[in-house]
Amino acid sequence: MLLNQFLMLGAVLFCIGVYGVIVRKNAVLVLMSIELILNSVNINLLAFSLRNGSPDGHTFALYVIAVAAAEVGVGLAMVLLMYRNRRSVGLDDLSEMKG
Amino acid sequence: MFSASTEAAEVILKSGWFLENAFIIPIIPAVAFFLIIFFGKKMPMKGSEFGILSMFAALAMSLGAAYQWIQRVNGVSEETYVKPIIRSWTWWQNDGVSLGIGQHIDGLSITILVVVAFISSLVQIYSTEYLHGDRRYTHFFASLTLFSAGMLNMVVAENMIQLILGWELMGLCSFMLIGHWWEEGANSRAALKAFFTTRTGDIGLLVGTSVLFFAANDWTQKTLGVSGFSIRGLSAWALSGDPSSAAITVGAVALFIACIGKSGQFPLHTWLPDAMAGPTPVSSLLHSSTMVVAGVFLVARLYPVFYEGMNIYGNSVNFIVLIGGVTIVIAAALAFVQTDIKKVLAYSTVSQLGYMMMGLGAGAWLPAVFHIFTHAFFKACLFLGAGSISHSASHHSFDMKKDMGGLRKFMPITFSTWIVSTLALCGVFPFSGFFSKDEIIDNVGYAGYNFFMIVGLFGAFLTAAYMTRATYLTFFGEPRGAAAGEHHDDEHDAHASHDDHGHDAHGHDAHAHDSHAAHDAHDDHASHGPRESGLIITVPLILLATLALGSGFLNAPAFGEKWENLKKWVEPRAEVVSVTGIAKPAGAHGETRLAAGSTDTTVPSEETASPEEVVADGTTYSTEDTVADDSELRTTAVDDSHSEATDSGSHSKAEAGKDGGHHYSDCGTKTPVGGVCYAPQLKHAPFKWWKAGMSVGIVFLGMILSWLLCVQLYTRKNKKLVGLTERNKVLGAGYSFLANKYYLDTLYEKIIVRSIAHPISRGAYWFNQNVLDGIVNGAGTSTRKTAGWVYRNVDQKLVDGAVNGAGTSAENAGGALQPVQSGKVNQYGALLFGAAAIGALVLVIINF
Amino acid sequence: MEVLSDHNWVLTVGTFLPLVGVLIMLFIPKADEVLSKAVAIGTAAATLAVGVFTLVQFNYDKAGEMQFVAQAEWISVIKSSYYIGLDGISLPLYFLSMVITLLVMIYSWNHVPSPGNAKAFYILMLVLQTGMAGTFIARDLVLFFVFFELVLLPMYFMIGVWGGENRQYASLKFFLYTMFGSALMLVAFLALFFKTGAESFSIPFLIENGGAIAKNTQIWIFAGMFVGFAVKVPMFPFHTWLPDAHTQAPTQGSVILAAILLKLGTYGFVRIAIPTLPDAALEWAPWIGLLAVIGIIYGALGCLAQTDMKRLIAFSSVAHMGYVMLGISTLTSFGMNAAMFGMVAHGLITGMLFFVAGSVKERYHTLEIKRLSGMLVQMPKLGWILGFCAMASLGLPGLAGFWGEFPAILSAYQPAEGLNVTVFRVYMVVAAIGTVLAAGYLLWLYQRTAFGEPTEEFAAGHGHDEDIHDVNKFEWIAWTPLLIAIVVFGVYPQLMFQVLDPAVGVTLKAFGG
Repeated sequence: MLLNQFLMLGAVLFCIGVYGVIVRKNAVLVLMSIELILNSVNINLLAFSLRNGSPDGHTFALYVIAVAAAEVGVGLAMVLLMYRNRRSVGLDDLSEMKG
Repeated sequence: MFSASTEAAEVILKSGWFLENAFIIPIIPAVAFFLIIFFGKKMPMKGSEFGILSMFAALAMSLGAAYQWIQRVNGVSEETYVKPIIRSWTWWQNDGVSLGIGQHIDGLSITILVVVAFISSLVQIYSTEYLHGDRRYTHFFASLTLFSAGMLNMVVAENMIQLILGWELMGLCSFMLIGHWWEEGANSRAALKAFFTTRTGDIGLLVGTSVLFFAANDWTQKTLGVSGFSIRGLSAWALSGDPSSAAITVGAVALFIACIGKSGQFPLHTWLPDAMAGPTPVSSLLHSSTMVVAGVFLVARLYPVFYEGMNIYGNSVNFIVLIGGVTIVIAAALAFVQTDIKKVLAYSTVSQLGYMMMGLGAGAWLPAVFHIFTHAFFKACLFLGAGSISHSASHHSFDMKKDMGGLRKFMPITFSTWIVSTLALCGVFPFSGFFSKDEIIDNVGYAGYNFFMIVGLFGAFLTAAYMTRATYLTFFGEPRGAAAGEHHDDEHDAHASHDDHGHDAHGHDAHAHDSHAAHDAHDDHASHGPRESGLIITVPLILLATLALGSGFLNAPAFGEKWENLKKWVEPRAEVVSVTGIAKPAGAHGETRLAAGSTDTTVPSEETASPEEVVADGTTYSTEDTVADDSELRTTAVDDSHSEATDSGSHSKAEAGKDGGHHYSDCGTKTPVGGVCYAPQLKHAPFKWWKAGMSVGIVFLGMILSWLLCVQLYTRKNKKLVGLTERNKVLGAGYSFLANKYYLDTLYEKIIVRSIAHPISRGAYWFNQNVLDGIVNGAGTSTRKTAGWVYRNVDQKLVDGAVNGAGTSAENAGGALQPVQSGKVNQYGALLFGAAAIGALVLVIINF
Repeated sequence: MEVLSDHNWVLTVGTFLPLVGVLIMLFIPKADEVLSKAVAIGTAAATLAVGVFTLVQFNYDKAGEMQFVAQAEWISVIKSSYYIGLDGISLPLYFLSMVITLLVMIYSWNHVPSPGNAKAFYILMLVLQTGMAGTFIARDLVLFFVFFELVLLPMYFMIGVWGGENRQYASLKFFLYTMFGSALMLVAFLALFFKTGAESFSIPFLIENGGAIAKNTQIWIFAGMFVGFAVKVPMFPFHTWLPDAHTQAPTQGSVILAAILLKLGTYGFVRIAIPTLPDAALEWAPWIGLLAVIGIIYGALGCLAQTDMKRLIAFSSVAHMGYVMLGISTLTSFGMNAAMFGMVAHGLITGMLFFVAGSVKERYHTLEIKRLSGMLVQMPKLGWILGFCAMASLGLPGLAGFWGEFPAILSAYQPAEGLNVTVFRVYMVVAAIGTVLAAGYLLWLYQRTAFGEPTEEFAAGHGHDEDIHDVNKFEWIAWTPLLIAIVVFGVYPQLMFQVLDPAVGVTLKAFGG
């Protein structure tokens, strides 16, 4: 059964994504990492969908893709604004939320 | 189902186009109303042509219907019940049962139709001159036409709802017409009062209709296939023995309360005199044939209901006769203290309506209806005469004491028509009032209401006296005020407030507002002094006076039975009329009928009993209570009882013939057998010359006494008599009691209305604003306050206290956690995933 | 083509078409007011055209049955579906809402209240229309609730933004009060759902199974619905938001509020509360009747105490809705028919009265009765229209108001089996007395405002001549249909009764007709 392989791929991608989110300082890269996480989820969804023979997973995956596209759009817009205002895309510069 | 003998007895009743289509009569003026409203102003005669033409058309149709009705009645024997022409169309529905609108044409409705159409036509013609140039001339004709439409609709009404429609339409139009000159506060107040008072009475109409509907509906649906609103159904039901006495009594009393309001009976008569604020033609129409007659008409229309509900067949005092009797006297007494000629006539109307009610209450149905008929002519004539005087002689004043007197020389036509009508009103032989009023008094006595007969005679005495006073003040003596050619403005201000309420005679505003073109126009001839009115005014007067003189001969038992035409044409015959489906058991009542039924009868089942009348026209049965056991009579043995009934029918008629040719039916006293009754059997007093002589004598006595008194008071200015009311305390008290209209207006306006309008409604509103709204606002405020309290005490003190109590450790913990809030997105992400990982671990562990 | 032959799309289109109009309007610049108005009116007219089509396609021989039924999956998790349909009870109100919205929009053409912003104002009215129409066709409780609440927000903004001086208070009161009622109503809906086995929110299902709930439970569930609907009606003593909302609302808001919004409550009683919980309805009926007659008298007394014309009309609504509720509380076909007729009649008549009040305010800049006088002199047509509406409102036969009032009084004489006859007969007499009070306050209002001479303040030549003019073109267009309808339904009530009666019969099956 191919399921395990798919799950493994998903887990690997997820971990890479998480690693990227935690470690990277560049906002653009963090966004890309998030993309990775989402896609790992998609892989899982599709895998289970195939296994269960129901189209639910496909549908959800489509939703996720749509949401991800929106998210990247908004995210990149924010990064662009940030760059305009601060001439930097470093996440460490954004520490106004410090408690 | 019926034996051969009964089929032989079948009579074909004649009918005709006018009878079948009488429902069109009210539609004509209703259409005219809309034409006047929308196109009236553009027409050459400002819309009045629509009104007049519609009234002529209605009159022509009414006369045609009357002719055909007479043909119909003449075609059958004197005992046969003449079936009314009833048509009905679906108007609304409930629970799948359609409720109709249509026509119910019988002698009564045709009589009133003719009167209403005739008087309305004359009044409209008269108004073209009387209101010539009025600023709301078109509106006036619109209202007048709708008013007639309302009355005509009520008269042809097939059921109670349709009747209410006409009834209330008249209320509306009386509001518009009485308040025609609404620039004056007093006029609009009078309009409001008229509408409001009649509306108060209408509570009874709504309640009574409801009560009767539910009481009768089952029976009428099963027996006749009509609803409990139907006039025919209600009449038959009332006499069927089905109604419980409580329901029919409550229904009848409630309906009568409505009649009290509408027909200005004591104690709701107070709106009628105020209604004089309207233009005189309105008063004339209102007081002769429409509006106020509506109440009397309702009693006459649903007579069986009142007959049973009020126990009229017994001769103990009932509600109707009592109210009627009281009204006759109190209204007549009030007429003595009026100085406004129209108010004298108004109270006279109230008093005459009292006669009609008294007659109806004592079982004198025909004389009462006859009195509606004759009274319409002479009262319309009197009012129009008063209008003629104010129009041409007294400069729009109606004050007899200040602006009239000696007018007989100037206005010969008005004067002679007035005299004819006055004599008719007083009941002098051979004027029409004699035949109708005397018959009422006579029949009331004959029915055993001796006290009320005396009341009636006393009323006749008073009528003669106050009418003599009015006539004397208007037409005799020396001309005064405007009648003498005086013409000055302050005079009007002075006499305008002759009434204790400061009511202005509407002539007053002729000077107050130059905009009233009608009155301006008048100024041209005002300076010429009194003179006779033009043809447009005098011709209606002459026509009415002719009828006031002649209409009495329509029913003049004084000259023998052949002269009793109205009785023949109008009075419904009390005969048991067969209806198939009667055998159908009606509730619990029907079960007893079934139980007593003989075995071989065919009882139509619930499903097959068709409510249609199989023997529709004229197959009638007169029965007599010859079978011993009454309960057996109530069996469903239609065949048996019918044949028995017809066997005994001839016998009973023969026997009845001995009893003055009147008494031949049990309708109204016993449960009808094998059919239904539509009218109770009424007694008719045989005419006696000595009785008539006595009453005419009393009338003459009243006239002479009054005349002598008037001469002394008003012409000779006898010192002993003039100002007596101011000197003598008892008389003074009596006078002010009368002048204040028994303080009823004070009671209604100052106490009841004012208390509702002011303290009670204010109180309710205070309750609304302070209590109910207070609760709502209080709920809002208290929520906010609670929130504040929670914040101050729970949040700030308790929670804060707990925090303080927890001491520095918490603070330290807080401090320790501070670095976590670094503001660095990566750290947050790490924390998130770390937490998620821990959560996942926990889940995995738990699930194992 | 099966779908088309059923015409089951018409209700969906009729309900959501206004939202399409809203979408289009979002792309119109705010400054282009004429275009916004035109698009909005066009949308409303198209909606009305769909309504007329519905009216034509409606099978009048089967007015008791649900027609144009459409059912689709919606939120299957909570077993709620998109289930709509129309029967004789819904049809008049559904259609009325479309007519009123269009007329109000036409009236608004040159009457946009301050602070202007026609675009937003018209958008709100369109959203309102969707909510109102949806409520009348919903056959699913959740759907009903959604539409029922959808109505609130636009009205809140209408009062809060375009209202009078005290608009903040009034709008908040309206919103919170109704929300409070809705909350209890929602709880009741959920209770009903779970007590019938948590199987479906569909109203027919609940009607079938609601009767099996234990009586005591029914009574409590009914109580929740009662509060929710009674606030909306509004019944005494939950009415206090109404006068404030009406007084502060712009004319358009008042008209819609009086003509349609109040009916959502009574409609809820007829459609949901009574058929689903018949036992509880029988228990509650005398109390509803009691509150109804108190409302009749109390509303009338409230009217007599008013000094403001609009507030007076608002209080008269309390009295009139009292008749509607009295009719409903009898649980008889007479009563229900009267109530349904009364709802439409009240919508037409009181809507018209608010229109007139709005126009008076526009001309005189005040509605204080004391300062108004002689309207018939200055504006004869407007004065006559006011008189006509007053007469219709006080229940004159021949005009629509009568058919809501008289059968309601009639029905109270003989309520449904199981109800205390004596109590209801007392109600009948009290309600009949209410008709006199109605005549009292309306004629009193008319006498003081329309009769007599204009007060000095507003007499000719005192600087108000420009404002004071008779009925204008847009007013005529907006009012004429209402005036005609009042007469037509008054003269020939069968037009409406033939639609209502079969449906009422179906509704009352549980009470033996």
